[in-house]
Amino acid sequence: MQYTLLILVLPLLSFIVLGLVDSKWKPKVAGTIGTVVLGIITALSYYTAWEYFSMHRVAGVYEKLIPYNIEWLRFTEFLHINLGILLDPISVMMLVVISTISFMVNIYSLSYMHGEKGFERYYAFLSLFTFSMLGLVVATNIFQMYIFWELVGVSSYLLIGFYYTKPSAVAAAKKAFIVTRFADMFFLIGILILSFYTKTFDFSILTAEHTTVFAGSAGATFLGFGVISWAMAGIFIGGAGKSAMFPLQIWLPDAMEGPTPVSALIHAATMVVAGVFLVARFFPVYYFQTPEVLHGVAYIGAFTALFAAVIACVQTDIKRVLAFSTISQIAFMMVALGVSGYDGQEGTGYMASMFHLFTHAMFKALLFLGAGSVIHAVHSNEMKDMGGLRKYMPITNWTFLIACLAIAGIPPFSGFFSKDEILSASYEFSPYIGGIMTFAAALTAFYMFRLYYSIFWGKDYIIKAAAHGHDDHGHGHTPHESPFAMAFPLVFLAGVTCVAGFIPFGEFVSSTGAEYHIHINPTVAIMSVVVASVSIIIATLMYRKPTATPDKLAKTFSGLYKGASNRFYLDEVYMFITKKIIFNSVSRPLAWFDRHVIDATMDGFANTTQWVSVKIKGFQSGQVQQYAYVFLLGTLLITAIVLIF
Amino acid sequence: MDLLNNILSGSIPMEAYLGVSLIMFFAGVYGFLSRRSMLMILISIELMLNAADINFVVFNRYLFPGHLEGFYFALFTIAIAACETAVAIAIIINIYRNLTSVEVGNLDQMKE
Amino acid sequence: MNFLSLFVLIPALMMMGLFVSNSRKQIQFVVATGASLLMILSGIITYMYFIERAAGNAATMLFTADTVWYAPFNIHYSVGIDGISVAMLLLTSVIVFTGVFASWKIDPLPKEFFLWYSLLSIGVYGFFISTDLFTMFMYYEIALIPMYLLIGVWGSGRKEYGAMKLTLMLMGGSALLLVGILGIYYGSGATSMNILEIAKLHIPIELQRYFFPLTFMGFGVLGALFPFHTWSPDGHASAPTAVSMLHAGVLMKLGGYGAFRVAIYLMPDAAKEMSWFFLILTGISVVYGAFAAIRQTDLKYINAYSSVSHCGLVLFAILMLNETAMTGAILQMLSHGLMTALFFALIGMIYGRTHTRLITEMGGLMKILPFLGVSYVIAGLASLGLPSLSGFVAEMTIFVGSFQHTDTFHRVLTIVAITSIVITAVYILRVVGKILFGAVQDAHHEHLTDATWYERLSVVTLIIAIFAIGSAPFWISGLIHDSVIPVIGQLAK
Repeated sequence: MQYTLLILVLPLLSFIVLGLVDSKWKPKVAGTIGTVVLGIITALSYYTAWEYFSMHRVAGVYEKLIPYNIEWLRFTEFLHINLGILLDPISVMMLVVISTISFMVNIYSLSYMHGEKGFERYYAFLSLFTFSMLGLVVATNIFQMYIFWELVGVSSYLLIGFYYTKPSAVAAAKKAFIVTRFADMFFLIGILILSFYTKTFDFSILTAEHTTVFAGSAGATFLGFGVISWAMAGIFIGGAGKSAMFPLQIWLPDAMEGPTPVSALIHAATMVVAGVFLVARFFPVYYFQTPEVLHGVAYIGAFTALFAAVIACVQTDIKRVLAFSTISQIAFMMVALGVSGYDGQEGTGYMASMFHLFTHAMFKALLFLGAGSVIHAVHSNEMKDMGGLRKYMPITNWTFLIACLAIAGIPPFSGFFSKDEILSASYEFSPYIGGIMTFAAALTAFYMFRLYYSIFWGKDYIIKAAAHGHDDHGHGHTPHESPFAMAFPLVFLAGVTCVAGFIPFGEFVSSTGAEYHIHINPTVAIMSVVVASVSIIIATLMYRKPTATPDKLAKTFSGLYKGASNRFYLDEVYMFITKKIIFNSVSRPLAWFDRHVIDATMDGFANTTQWVSVKIKGFQSGQVQQYAYVFLLGTLLITAIVLIF
Repeated sequence: MDLLNNILSGSIPMEAYLGVSLIMFFAGVYGFLSRRSMLMILISIELMLNAADINFVVFNRYLFPGHLEGFYFALFTIAIAACETAVAIAIIINIYRNLTSVEVGNLDQMKE
Repeated sequence: MNFLSLFVLIPALMMMGLFVSNSRKQIQFVVATGASLLMILSGIITYMYFIERAAGNAATMLFTADTVWYAPFNIHYSVGIDGISVAMLLLTSVIVFTGVFASWKIDPLPKEFFLWYSLLSIGVYGFFISTDLFTMFMYYEIALIPMYLLIGVWGSGRKEYGAMKLTLMLMGGSALLLVGILGIYYGSGATSMNILEIAKLHIPIELQRYFFPLTFMGFGVLGALFPFHTWSPDGHASAPTAVSMLHAGVLMKLGGYGAFRVAIYLMPDAAKEMSWFFLILTGISVVYGAFAAIRQTDLKYINAYSSVSHCGLVLFAILMLNETAMTGAILQMLSHGLMTALFFALIGMIYGRTHTRLITEMGGLMKILPFLGVSYVIAGLASLGLPSLSGFVAEMTIFVGSFQHTDTFHRVLTIVAITSIVITAVYILRVVGKILFGAVQDAHHEHLTDATWYERLSVVTLIIAIFAIGSAPFWISGLIHDSVIPVIGQLAK
């Protein structure tokens, strides 16, 4: 399968070409190049998937194929960074997800970003991102993954800060980069520890079922924990940073400052699930070597799922609602991995996690693109500026509704199938985690429909706009349905969302690579559907028509409401740590110390020398008589000495 | 009393001459160090030179009778002293013209 | 006469050419030709080196030549290169070349400027091709002296202070160095000052204990070793663009190179014994420089402190005394040389337009100066270690290498050093966000013009070099790695 190399090379070329010509070509040409390249990649990915999954299993499992692996940088005898392509079920699955969403976003952006300054740059960055993300998922070794991990980080930085004249966008980009960079530091440390004990970076050696590379680290501990636990915890923190797990989730809501298609691609469907992918990639290591870390993943995931869902219920910016929803859904995937077993039917969690990753990518991208379509129409992100849009934007309305039903977990939409598997895996692990996840799922259904009704139902947009006197801001025009380039991706993704649940996903992807038959646990399924429906009904009652209930509730639980709307003040805590502690209490005194202590010491040497010279200078007064006097005394002294001795 | 006898008998010992020259020399040194006026300093220098001349002559007369080097040297010194005085006075006059003073305390530009 | 001496000869010829030229055109012609010749020459040398190695020549130094210079003191003029020198010569050529174009329109006194500039390059080139301790030291001094005039005359701000401070501190370092070199020479009982000869002998450990710290600190001053780094911010801040480039880009590398080639190569026993102490100092340099950079508001100060941090990493890796970390150290010298030169070039160009270097007085420059803005972002990304740019390769080699140390203390120290990558990201992004993005701060900046052709040439050359190392590190890493082996051999002896 040598042609898979093209999947990586084409977007890179596209980035280089578009980046170099910048604004010398017409925007249309740049957009077309980007989109066509992505089209080709999508076709290649589908072909790869088809060819890979139609291969015969060897001993009941899909083989890991490595069509390419070249040595890029050699460190030591054992340790070297290779660049290559590793095809196994999850990486092929990711290829499909990334190229599909990326292709859709490229098409969508042709219209959404039309007329923006820097259109070519936008497409160049999109290509860069696609290249990096594809490189990340097909990495053959952990260091290649780290390389592309950093590259996706920087493309995310560039795309969030696309509107670079807007201070909030610049700040958000910076925050996103630094928070993920902080997490990446632990990732790197994890890699170093792991490679020090195992003497390899290679996934195929590390994640082999009966691997011997961990024998060398047996019994080695640091501060009371096994060294491999430290390593795997570090690697998980890296993943948690990218995937916005608590407490590193703070960058994701701000990242919504980027153009909406970018949020759909990077901050909903692909890059943010890189952490999940990382844990999945290392799953055998976590499971066999460090189960305690894996359980930690489950607990952190469960907490994040709940935490983000609560916040999502009260946000008013529609993209932020979606951002918190993303955090919560990714946490679902993490939980699923954390609770998963390894063999056979015990591997439900793993399969469910990957399945949810797949379905979530589709419907969350759909939600974001739908939100983009709405924002495009009303020129605002705030819920209060919207309402009643279903009349003006039928396609957006229907596709958005499908996505909401999917994420709420209503059959037969795709989200139901994957979420159901996650819930049953959680209940098998522990009823508490299961309960928390069910509650989070209920909240999901609630806030999604709150969002849906606020946008498409409720008070009519035109009336609202008139009441708020927004006419003079140019908001007064009638919103209209988006053009074809924007509508097509919506319809396509909605179609996928409708049918994706029926894909026999377990036959392709499972923890061991062996076939896994999805069976729906009726108790869990019925319960989750009931819970979701109840939540939807509550949301319908509260938000379909403007009522006083939401305000009343907000007043009753004013503490919780305030905390949640301010994201539980976590940003303030971080600001305090970075600004007050690191900036003011470490960096400032250090800079002062450098100038006034160290440098002053050095200057002190110079000044002392100067001082001594000033003092000595007095001897040379220019008074000849004084010289003669000293001369005389000297002569007498010498004479006396000569006479005495 | 020895000294007095010697003087009376016409044979003055060397130490007497050296004593005179020593007194002259240190009078010169004292003058050189304590006077402010350049003219006085110049005179002090002359005093010291003359003290040295006496020494030359005395040593030649007493230690190396029959030789003449000491006398010659004394003559040289006298000649040089004369020249030196001429040069020094010229310098002093120039300084006076520039500074309207011959106080050495004002002349310390040399240190820079 | 060995053809390596051409590296010294060409700048000398440039000086002669400059003496006779009298218009700006002629001066530009002379320096551009000279710098290009040096570039070509270093390319040829690299090629020949690879050919020779491929032919199986396994000598420590290739193309060696030796001429007696002053027989009574056994001083020889001896030259020779290994992979590390080749890498350094390439680096120097790139930076001399780009420095010429970065100061294309230097004013006033272009002729004198380039005269000193050429003298400076003689010193640097000579240092890298020498294998004799004495000539090495001599070239080192040759490189230091023009710095004083270049900063003092063509600098900006507190230039006299900066120039004096830089020169005095570096001279202080070279005084330590001289003692160290004499100690090595007499301690080893060698009959020549040739490094290769001395390496075959053994210096008694008692003497090594005295002379290793002296030599290491002597070179360490130039390599901005904590606490002798304070010349760097003041010196760089007041130096003119091309001088900052050459100084931070190449001259600071003399420190690392010397520490590697003289201190550790010749006194391995003391190096093993005392490395822990210097490791702590360099570890402090790495983190401390990065933290101090966060607080600065002057672009050049930020970059100078960042150099302290990055050069600290060079010495840090050298002291890890294993081949991967040492390879990383040399890579870091290359990488830091290129990116800091790029930084200083860009800062000079921005300063030439805005007439300020304070980040608080700039903003939104990306819109006005897109070329410089994009280049600055690339330099920033290289500095914070983005893969595919040179910084990543160097840092990762250092971290992986250092972490292979069997001692836990060294590994913990490595983790401390790793924290610097986050802090680096903070101060780089802070600057980029402040000066390039956001709204335009000063209405006068609206009408600035973007880079001219000679500025573009200079910047693009550096960026290409950074990409070349970052995207295809295998060849340069292999080149360096092979030449680190002899030092490791010394350590194992």
